[in-house]
Amino acid sequence: MGTPHSRLQVAVIDYGMGNLFSVERACEHAGLNAIITADKSTIMNSDGIILPGVGAFGDAMDSLERKDLIAPIKDFVEEGKPLMAICLGMQLLMSESEEFGQHKGLNIIEGSVVKFPVKNMEGGKIKVPQVGWNRIFQPSSEDPTYWNESPLKDIMSGEFMYFVHSYYTVPSDKGAILSTTTYEGTQFCSGIRRRNVFACQYHPEKSAAEGIKIYKNWASATKSKQRDGL
Amino acid sequence: MSKNIRIIPRLDIKGPNLVKGIHLEGLRVLGKPEHFARYYYQAGADELVYMDVVASLYGRNSLHDIIERTAREVFIPLTVGGGLRTIEDIKNVLRAGADKVSLNTAAIKNPQIISEASRKFGSSTILISIEAIKQPDGRYLAYTDNGREHTGLEVLEWAKRVETLGAGEIMLTSVDMEGTGKGYDIELTRMVADAVSIPVIACGGAGSVGHIGQVIAEGKADAVAVASILHYDFIENNRVEVDREDEGNVEFLESRRTFSKINPANLHDIKDYLHKNGFQCRCNINQEMVSGHTA
Repeated sequence: MGTPHSRLQVAVIDYGMGNLFSVERACEHAGLNAIITADKSTIMNSDGIILPGVGAFGDAMDSLERKDLIAPIKDFVEEGKPLMAICLGMQLLMSESEEFGQHKGLNIIEGSVVKFPVKNMEGGKIKVPQVGWNRIFQPSSEDPTYWNESPLKDIMSGEFMYFVHSYYTVPSDKGAILSTTTYEGTQFCSGIRRRNVFACQYHPEKSAAEGIKIYKNWASATKSKQRDGL
Repeated sequence: MSKNIRIIPRLDIKGPNLVKGIHLEGLRVLGKPEHFARYYYQAGADELVYMDVVASLYGRNSLHDIIERTAREVFIPLTVGGGLRTIEDIKNVLRAGADKVSLNTAAIKNPQIISEASRKFGSSTILISIEAIKQPDGRYLAYTDNGREHTGLEVLEWAKRVETLGAGEIMLTSVDMEGTGKGYDIELTRMVADAVSIPVIACGGAGSVGHIGQVIAEGKADAVAVASILHYDFIENNRVEVDREDEGNVEFLESRRTFSKINPANLHDIKDYLHKNGFQCRCNINQEMVSGHTA
């Protein structure tokens, strides 16, 4: 771990949704200086941003709008700086969601957010939300370098991560899908990588050593971006 | 296609110590909760539960330091319960490092706290603990204060109500079976698991790994809380430090006896048993490749 001066500063965006402390602690563990903030200039001056979130899509978008955070997040991504979006944060990146009526998202990744079915193919009841550990797989059609150059570097396809969600993302461009996961017969997109954006439906900060590895990989990628003057 | 069952070590805490009782009474001191937590984390626990078992009785909550120390080194979900009364109490425990809170007394006294808390912190953060005691007429009633206080609420009605109010999960404890090592209350678990869509964590009674398999297969539990089996295994295999100046009965620990109804097992034993019996759960995937388990 480096000195505080060499540490990267990461803004964990605080828009009043969910518990951000575990994200903060995982950042510290990965050698990142995390600041929980809703302040625009702090966000814009960070080396990377994390968009976390637990709760309802509509409330989250309303809250981002009220705090005037939509433009700063989009500008930040536009500049090519690294964004990590987790759980509800991943869903917010999409164009729209069907959660409690239609809602517009940040539209950073084209696509939608849909709910798990409540019955499986055999007509049995499915517990929704999915709460617990599940495997992330590399899509068979994917070029392996896509995974190996992402924050999932050194993580095996098939590894377990911790999920809590009722909705999942459906990116329009299948090429953006970094990993897939199957819950009760439904295969869904559990990870997205698109240029400087990394998003995951699971909580890496709650996914034990392999999850913390994702933070560390994201931190080193962010560090090399900074060296490249981005 | 079934889902992955979570195995959740439950650590009952009194003051600075991990304790274990029978029917939630007669607490014996077992050691420092942080040490057990770290060990279980490294051994592959899927989540952890900390319950301050005397907080409700004395209206106190001394868990904060323990939570903070745990959250710095344990990166799996940590649920904390016991004596949480208000939104402010919940906020403080989350701030200290908990990921979820478990409510019982506060929710029964004021059910609206469930909707308020789930709106504020997200449903997935709010777990409702139900302590059930079977009545002579076969009904199950909910209790508070470790099975001491009668509430008059029927478990099934209460479980459905907490789901409607926005609870994210239910931790269902059979006070009758708790600490006995005789196995989970299958009838109770199945009744609640069939009636709600949110996950049900079965709690209370495990004396062997077979009991865990039984409550998943027959009780339809989504997750299983385990205490004695794991704690006694830890004690058998580790040097245990106890805070002697603090409260608690340490005689049991010093005697190095184990409770005869409990067959100790570690997390690896439990998960290995589940895999061999066709249940899915999270495992070490490197080990899995060597031993030939498949997804």
